[in-house]
Amino acid sequence: MSTLERIYGTPVGKAVARKAGVHEPPRLRRGRRLPAGPIVHASLGDSTLAARTLRLLGLPVEAPVTDDGSAAPGYGAPIGAVVIDATDLERVDQLETIRAVLRPAVRSLEPSGRVILLARPATGDWERRAVTRALDGITRTVGKELRKGATATLILAGADAGPGDLATTLAFVLEGRSAFVDGQAWTVQAAGLAEERPSDRPLDGRTVVVTGAARGIGAAIARTLARDGADVVAVDIPAAGEALAQVANEIAGTALQLDITADDAGARIAAHVAGRGARLHGIVHNAGITRDKLLANTDADRWRSVLEVNLAAEMRINAVLLDPATPGGIADGGRIVGVASTSGLAGNKGQTNYAASKAGVAGLVEAMAPDLAARAITANAVAPGFIETDMTARIPFIQREVFRRSNSLSQGGQPVDVAETIAYLLSPGAQGVTGQVIRVCGQNLVGA
Amino acid sequence: MHHTAVVVGGNRTPFAKVGGPLAEASNQDLLIAALDGLIARHGLAGARMGEVAGGAVLKHPRDFNLTREAVLGTSLAPDTPACDLQQACGTGLEATVYIANKIRLGQIDAGIAAGVDSASNAPVTVSEPLRRILARASRARSAAERIKVLARIRPSHLAPLAPGVAEPRTGLSMGEHQALTTERWGVTREEQDRIAADSHRSLAAAWDRGFFDDLVTPYLGVTRDAILRPDTTVEKLATLRPAFGGPEGSMTAGNSTALSDGAAAVLLASEDWAREHHLPILAKVVDAEVASVDHPGGDDLLLGPVAATGRLLARQGLGIADMDLVEIHEAFASTVAATRKAWADPEHCAALGLDGPIGTIPDDRLNVTGSSLAAGHPFAATGARIVPTLAKLLHERGPGSRGLISICAAGGQGVVAILEGM
Ligand SMILES: NC(=O)c1ccc[n+]([C@@H]2O[C@H](COP(=O)([O-])OP(=O)(O)OC[C@H]3O[C@@H](n4cnc5c(N)ncnc54)[C@H](O)[C@@H]3O)[C@@H](O)[C@H]2O)c1
Repeated sequence: MSTLERIYGTPVGKAVARKAGVHEPPRLRRGRRLPAGPIVHASLGDSTLAARTLRLLGLPVEAPVTDDGSAAPGYGAPIGAVVIDATDLERVDQLETIRAVLRPAVRSLEPSGRVILLARPATGDWERRAVTRALDGITRTVGKELRKGATATLILAGADAGPGDLATTLAFVLEGRSAFVDGQAWTVQAAGLAEERPSDRPLDGRTVVVTGAARGIGAAIARTLARDGADVVAVDIPAAGEALAQVANEIAGTALQLDITADDAGARIAAHVAGRGARLHGIVHNAGITRDKLLANTDADRWRSVLEVNLAAEMRINAVLLDPATPGGIADGGRIVGVASTSGLAGNKGQTNYAASKAGVAGLVEAMAPDLAARAITANAVAPGFIETDMTARIPFIQREVFRRSNSLSQGGQPVDVAETIAYLLSPGAQGVTGQVIRVCGQNLVGA
Repeated sequence: MHHTAVVVGGNRTPFAKVGGPLAEASNQDLLIAALDGLIARHGLAGARMGEVAGGAVLKHPRDFNLTREAVLGTSLAPDTPACDLQQACGTGLEATVYIANKIRLGQIDAGIAAGVDSASNAPVTVSEPLRRILARASRARSAAERIKVLARIRPSHLAPLAPGVAEPRTGLSMGEHQALTTERWGVTREEQDRIAADSHRSLAAAWDRGFFDDLVTPYLGVTRDAILRPDTTVEKLATLRPAFGGPEGSMTAGNSTALSDGAAAVLLASEDWAREHHLPILAKVVDAEVASVDHPGGDDLLLGPVAATGRLLARQGLGIADMDLVEIHEAFASTVAATRKAWADPEHCAALGLDGPIGTIPDDRLNVTGSSLAAGHPFAATGARIVPTLAKLLHERGPGSRGLISICAAGGQGVVAILEGM
């Protein structure tokens, strides 16, 4: 910790910072906690999709206050969330109905509250597609305007997606698990899931491999998946074995000391899983490294090592685990989750190699998703923004403080925030989510 | 009902030289580290094991229940029983035999054998005169009498005593004993340095090919055996000065094991239990034998395993040639050389009551992934280091392959066991 950082942590330092206009970031609601206040539901047409999904989740709803032109439209008390069913929205003039519902709602939203828009993916005529994109613009902007840890999300429900397909996603967005997911959209397709209330232990009895699990985000992923019931195989390089063993024992999982760049890495993972009498539900490719330098100073070695660990190894392992003939490989209905980065999506000075690898991860899952659909295997990625870990603790303090604050939630995310999103993607209820890249970045100013 | 006892896997800390990077860790710390790594590798957190047997040679009196206390510090279920065992350098192997026997008798389904030693934290005791004076003072009836007794303390009484390394009945250190054996069996300096160099080369190669990835868990930032010198050569070893056997002696610090810190553990189970729990089955524990020699009467202190090997092979109806791999603990390079000479010597074997010589083995079956000269030798841990190593090697060779472990121990003892690959 630098001297500056220490001073900044003292009461005096904090007072000075407040005077300078730097505010303590809001504490985010996390875990499976729902909003404290009521959930307001508004349907902008005849659609009952959101209403039925909320009912499936067992959540009571209240009717919306709409802006009728009175001076200060609002709710008497804070509301927890507003869920707007915009699946019937087709024309530009209908967007006014959204404004009318959102204006009172955003004025009354509690800290860590939620604005959730449910709409159809962009299909149909020109106007309809323009309207869908308009909703995206609204979500992103509302996300930036909301304060005190509240977030905005756009869920695009594919044609025929029913409440069974949407329940897990809606619960994730409403609950604190999505704390650091803000200002973005992803698609949930119809997967024919039964209309059942999602379990609190959706991964019970399922084996999941997590690479890079000895520390940081990977350790949080392992813990979160174990909380959700998974048997976790925690993988990290042999040199990280001591910390890896601690993580594995804490969650009653198993430790596999393995460098994922080894030629036989996929085979050894599969053998470990098969040896334990299991097939794999999913793999989380979290292991990653940075070797930052401006491109002008990037030699072949820095280039190769980052692409090797962050992308090539992942592809080789997938090839083995996706072979139906591999005992211990990924079962039908399984999951592949990559870990990209907002640096990869937006580009970041000094990280050409890293950005290449992480954008590559996003491209990879988009490419894999349709090809694996026949086996009901989903492939998705999360793209963390600034997350508080050993990796980011190496960034100099001032720069780190700037990065932390450059998002709509004015703080760095926690490893558990990335882990929660991954656990959501791994859950059986997320069967309709594939080929998506979900940013866990608090709506970072870059990469969005 | 008879059960097959199998080796499921193992784990150890890297080993390090006395006063080295593991010097701050106590026996209990090291043992917990070895056990926790084993638990993590096999997904045993929260499980109740039938029993954990382990021990240390250099043991503090406060560690009277070392293994049980260590178990309570691990992720195993706290109702896992444990006992301390000690048979000098044979401890780790004897603990393996103890657990395997319980499994074979159906008394337990699964258990852990372990050993640990921290030469860096060897217990230091007070001198015998001081101990007697303090004991008498504590029994004194008046303050005056107590002062009178305490006044007998002399400065010389206050010097702490390092743990004895000498054999109590001969007054000779282990190295001095081995120097006599080296002389008697005509083991040359070249032979010894060759064995030492091979040990380092083989251990380094095993590390390089990832052989220890599932046998060792790093501890306190130490990720590999810290004693290992991959670049050691016979030529370099030849420059070292004699450490035992006088100025003309051939035993050096390079061809004798270093005092070491470290711990090792073996997971054993009945074959059925291992299958039910979807755990690996590397090898079965076939049989074991312990023997002793009369070293106060002039026998070679560290050749106890020879008689044990002969008797064990005879009982199993096997010859040494049936052993695909052999692990002879390298207490000293010359122990390995003398053991092999003794195996081949008809007179020596006859004197031990064996039906003829044990015979010879080709070099390429012996200590193929190195042994104690390169890895180090935390006394009680060595057996628990060798068992999983050999079990894994036999498993790689395939079912039916056989291996022998021979470990010499203080007091003229020898512990020997046969494993069979599965
Ligand atoms: N921390 C952030 O802000 C942030 C932001 C965006 C993306 N990410 C990504 O999230 C992932 C985890 O990041 P973190 O911050 O926890 O990093 P970290 O460095 O703390 O942990 C990464 C882990 O991966 C392991 N690992 C590295 N190379 C490996 C290999 N070849 N085989 C097996 N394991 C290997 C490391 O030993 C380490 O335990 C990485 O992919 C990273 O690129 C992190």
